[in-house]
Amino acid sequence: MFSTVERPPAAPVDLPPERLVHMYRQMRRIRHFEEAVDRLYQQGRIWGTFHLYIGQEASAVGAIEALRPDDYITSTHRGHGHCIAKGASLALMMAELRGKETGYCRGRGGSMHIADLETGNLGANGIVGGGVPIAAGAALAIKKQRRDQVVMCFFGDGALQQGAFHEAVNFAAVFKLPVVFVCENNRYAMSLPVEKGLGSTDIVARAAAYGIPGRSVDGNDVLAVYAAAKEAVERARAGGGPTLLETRTYRLRGHSKSDANRYRTKEEIEQWRQRCPILRFEQWLQAAGLLGPDDFERIKAEVLQEIEAAIEFAEAQPDPDPARLAEGVYA
Amino acid sequence: MREITYAQAIREALAEEMRRDESVFLMGEDIGVYGGAFGVTLGLIDEFGPEKVMDTPLSEAAIVGAAVGAALLGMRPVAEIQFSDFLTIAADQLVNQAAKIRYMFGGKAKVPLVVRTPLGSGTGAAAQHSQSLETWFMHIPGLKVLAPATPYDAKGLLKSAIRDDNPVVFFEHKLLYRTKGPVPEEDYTVPIGQAAVRREGRDVTIIASSVMVLRSLAAAEKLAEEGIDAEVIDLRSLRPLDADAIVKSVCKTGRAVVVHEANRFAGFGGEIVATIVESEAFDFLDAPVVRLGGKDVPIPYNPVLERAAVPQEEDIVEACRRVMQESRRWR
Repeated sequence: MFSTVERPPAAPVDLPPERLVHMYRQMRRIRHFEEAVDRLYQQGRIWGTFHLYIGQEASAVGAIEALRPDDYITSTHRGHGHCIAKGASLALMMAELRGKETGYCRGRGGSMHIADLETGNLGANGIVGGGVPIAAGAALAIKKQRRDQVVMCFFGDGALQQGAFHEAVNFAAVFKLPVVFVCENNRYAMSLPVEKGLGSTDIVARAAAYGIPGRSVDGNDVLAVYAAAKEAVERARAGGGPTLLETRTYRLRGHSKSDANRYRTKEEIEQWRQRCPILRFEQWLQAAGLLGPDDFERIKAEVLQEIEAAIEFAEAQPDPDPARLAEGVYA
Repeated sequence: MREITYAQAIREALAEEMRRDESVFLMGEDIGVYGGAFGVTLGLIDEFGPEKVMDTPLSEAAIVGAAVGAALLGMRPVAEIQFSDFLTIAADQLVNQAAKIRYMFGGKAKVPLVVRTPLGSGTGAAAQHSQSLETWFMHIPGLKVLAPATPYDAKGLLKSAIRDDNPVVFFEHKLLYRTKGPVPEEDYTVPIGQAAVRREGRDVTIIASSVMVLRSLAAAEKLAEEGIDAEVIDLRSLRPLDADAIVKSVCKTGRAVVVHEANRFAGFGGEIVATIVESEAFDFLDAPVVRLGGKDVPIPYNPVLERAAVPQEEDIVEACRRVMQESRRWR
């Protein structure tokens, strides 16, 4: 399927055990949060639409582990994973998905517009590629303010088909802005396979056209993603400008809730299920002697408990008052 | 008071705001050494340098998108879009991002940016460089839309726009750049959302903006020779719209002519007429309200055709005469 996927690093990574355990927990939090969202939708307790991150957890967790807490991200319509990895509260996310007044966006934004400015999440985005120019602008502000933060800009393979991507990456390259462009290639822009949506599926080859470094990694290997992101983040922080990073991954669920998966085979999905980023990380953690099966079960149980608490919290929150409909249009 | 041109007034506002506030900076195409397509920013790079007066790639989506991202991180970018026709290329960033971010994020973010852009016909630039698209942006909650007619207002309103915490689209008319008017040397602002009565009159209210204010004032002088005493209202701010000023004047005169260069069909003149007939001014109307606007054609190149495509002084004179005659028939 992919011929040039990098192998996981053989040498131990430069992360202390507690960070590795934290990353595992974050991947579990994303996975089970998404499963809960899906379940609540089936129960009619969440409405509207959402785009599940299941199967891509290593991409967000690995890349964001390379950031400092005061760094920034921009995210996409498939943004729950980035939001959680950057440090958002599951309870406030769940409250937002339930449309509650106390959710991250007071119930005005919903799944596609979750932002958590306090953790540096500059927002999910309902427009494919829409966050890429914004990331460049945030990086421009950092440079002008003589600060040393980095912006990590997430987008999918579909965004590569948008003009805004080209404009923004070129803009960031011209001004050597501290931004890392992370293309999460999950193989489909809704139903359109990358082979049919891109003139060349060699995504990082585009980097050369902007005069910036590009690197492709196995997006289901959290440590490979981390290592590549770290290099790119360090370059950006040191004034070396942007990097284009491709994380090759796969969305195990449909594009959104209405997807019947007509454009791909069950066999293909099953093949990728075998490459589940969480199971792969478990194997690594076990081989490294950091965690064992009991620990995995314990962490999973803790995460499920946290999610149940988030659901209960959200349930108890007040709905927005229609009398306050117009609040927040203008500052 | 000294007199300076509209272009000089804008340049002064930009320079003074950059001196006053570190977070203000300019970006756009050819705004540096070249001085902008209409020379508005000429010389600013000498005082402020290329970091504050940034020549960008020809990338309208990236320019406005970068302004959005920079504004989110506390900067006050002033982006120049070389011709307002090119706002179409930046429309996602302006309409879907800048205008909505605050609301979508539950009122937790602000996007203080200004997009300055020249609009209008009269220069032989033909269909893709001559439009008046202000109505498009007036339609979007979250944006403010300004269209000054005089050097005094250009400077004072631009300062207000830069200091405002919301995204502002600032339309400058190409034909006004060289017009002169009194502008104080000391710091002042013109409040957003207030129309100005440019000429008091008893018989008919002409409601105009941008270059149409000048044509309306010239028309009013002609009408005075015929014994028709026209009042001219300069809207200045299109969103928010000063409905009170419109209603108050029409209550006094009982007759109204609305004039804009933007296409008449579905143009903002319809909104102004609705503002009149939905208000107490309806009871005072002595004649049907007349709406003048651009003809339903792209702006043509040939100067005779170009002139015929948008309202001229004589059209305003004729419309006012017609309203006066109609009111005699009504009685």
